[in-house]
Amino acid sequence: MISVQDLRVKFGPVEAVRGVTFAVGEGSSFGIVGESGSGKSTVLRALSGLNPDWTGRMTIAGTALTPKRSRDFFRRVQMVFQDPYGSLHPRQTVDRALSEPLLVHGIGDIDRRIRQALSEVALPAAARFRYPHQLSGGQRQRVAIARALMSEPEVLLLDEPTSALDVSVQAEVLNLLADLQDRRKLTYVMVSHNLAVIAHLCPMVGVMQAGEMVEMISAEDLRAGKTRHPHTADLRRLSTELEEA
Amino acid sequence: MLVEIQNLNIHFPSPQGMSHAVRGVSMTLGQEKLGIVGESGSGKSISARAILRLLPPQAKVTADTLRFDGIDILSATERQMRAIRGRRAGLILQDPKYSLNPIMTAGAQIAEAWRNQTKGSARAAREAALDLLAQVQIRDPKRVADAYPHELSGGMGQRVMIAMMLAPDPELLIADEPTSALDATVQAEILRLMEDLVSRRGMGLILISHDLPLVSHFCDRVAVMYAGRVVEELGAGELLQAKHPYTRGLLECLPTLSHPKLRLPVMSRDPAWLT
Repeated sequence: MISVQDLRVKFGPVEAVRGVTFAVGEGSSFGIVGESGSGKSTVLRALSGLNPDWTGRMTIAGTALTPKRSRDFFRRVQMVFQDPYGSLHPRQTVDRALSEPLLVHGIGDIDRRIRQALSEVALPAAARFRYPHQLSGGQRQRVAIARALMSEPEVLLLDEPTSALDVSVQAEVLNLLADLQDRRKLTYVMVSHNLAVIAHLCPMVGVMQAGEMVEMISAEDLRAGKTRHPHTADLRRLSTELEEA
Repeated sequence: MLVEIQNLNIHFPSPQGMSHAVRGVSMTLGQEKLGIVGESGSGKSISARAILRLLPPQAKVTADTLRFDGIDILSATERQMRAIRGRRAGLILQDPKYSLNPIMTAGAQIAEAWRNQTKGSARAAREAALDLLAQVQIRDPKRVADAYPHELSGGMGQRVMIAMMLAPDPELLIADEPTSALDATVQAEILRLMEDLVSRRGMGLILISHDLPLVSHFCDRVAVMYAGRVVEELGAGELLQAKHPYTRGLLECLPTLSHPKLRLPVMSRDPAWLT
């Protein structure tokens, strides 16, 4: 579904992403972990079209991506960000936020689609005419996910979708993402610094350090500790050390 | 006892009347490391801030006992409070980007904190700042002392913050989510550093976080807060023996590497927890 070959992104003289290659099958999930500044979010932003300055080859569903994307691309590929409070317009209701993608892409039947989207992300129908500040953090993230789903995309790009949430809410959102993937055959690329969260949702994980993908490992091997790169081993050790406490 | 809290209640005015944010919290702290864990809105931060009387003016704080080293916080004068805040008790916040002064070098800020407590020349203050930076394991203290906060990484900034708080040699350190803005690798380093400094200096530490496993790893005791109450207090090693369903829920809903689950259990909140 998605293939990225030798992706490079430069910000001035700094090469933030240095030759990253990976592929994701349809209906599957790929996770990218790494520390701040490792380039993981930059990969996602290049893929989503938010950063037009890249070289390499990226295809989604067989179509090669160009720096400038078509309207159809933005319908098929959607993104969910870390902080839902920052990504929802503070003076627009949930209803307005959810109808926007439908208007942009000329999709009709707005009323029914919004009601359906709200129930799909398990929000009460009453949430429809609320403003973001009247919702809890978890509800806001559900709205952001619902908005991403409005245009019926095939690919969801998730940038730290649960880092700003409490652990109990994180569990609910992760379950929701898993259900949606099952139901809609969505393809996910998820970025996080939390190895356990990534391994929970993604069967394949890429580990990034200083702009390079230093290791690609299956979640199974990761759990079993069959890491090959010292950085992956470090991240794994930090994650498991706390679990055993 | 360094800190004694008995039946602490905090109310905030809201359009629906007074909202009861902290409901009868009691805890004591000696020269030890106490963790306070809870979700957003559980009252963990404001309970700790009440010790320094750092709540907004509209907050209504009542308690049977609220003492810092024998000083009654509720009746202390502002002058007495100033002698505690930043001198006898330090506060470390989540993001060093916002708590450091952006137009002062790191060294100057630490030196200022040091001179606040100890009388000495500018040169002595500078020496003390370099020494403190070395204590928080900064390899090149001279360079960092002359750097402005924007030139430092998050982990480095948090070390500067810790050095600043340690400058007046306080007895108590309150750390409110000190590592949530940092990477996992840096997070462990900073917590280990804090733990080490606190034990070595014989200080008391209150570590506030939403991360239960992390806190229990670094603290002697953990108080779990839910909706303004302490629902359970645990020794660090007893995490797995937690009895309260809320604590158990917090542990079970975490995805882990060692015990994969197909679906994460979701917490069902029992209204009885509120009574």
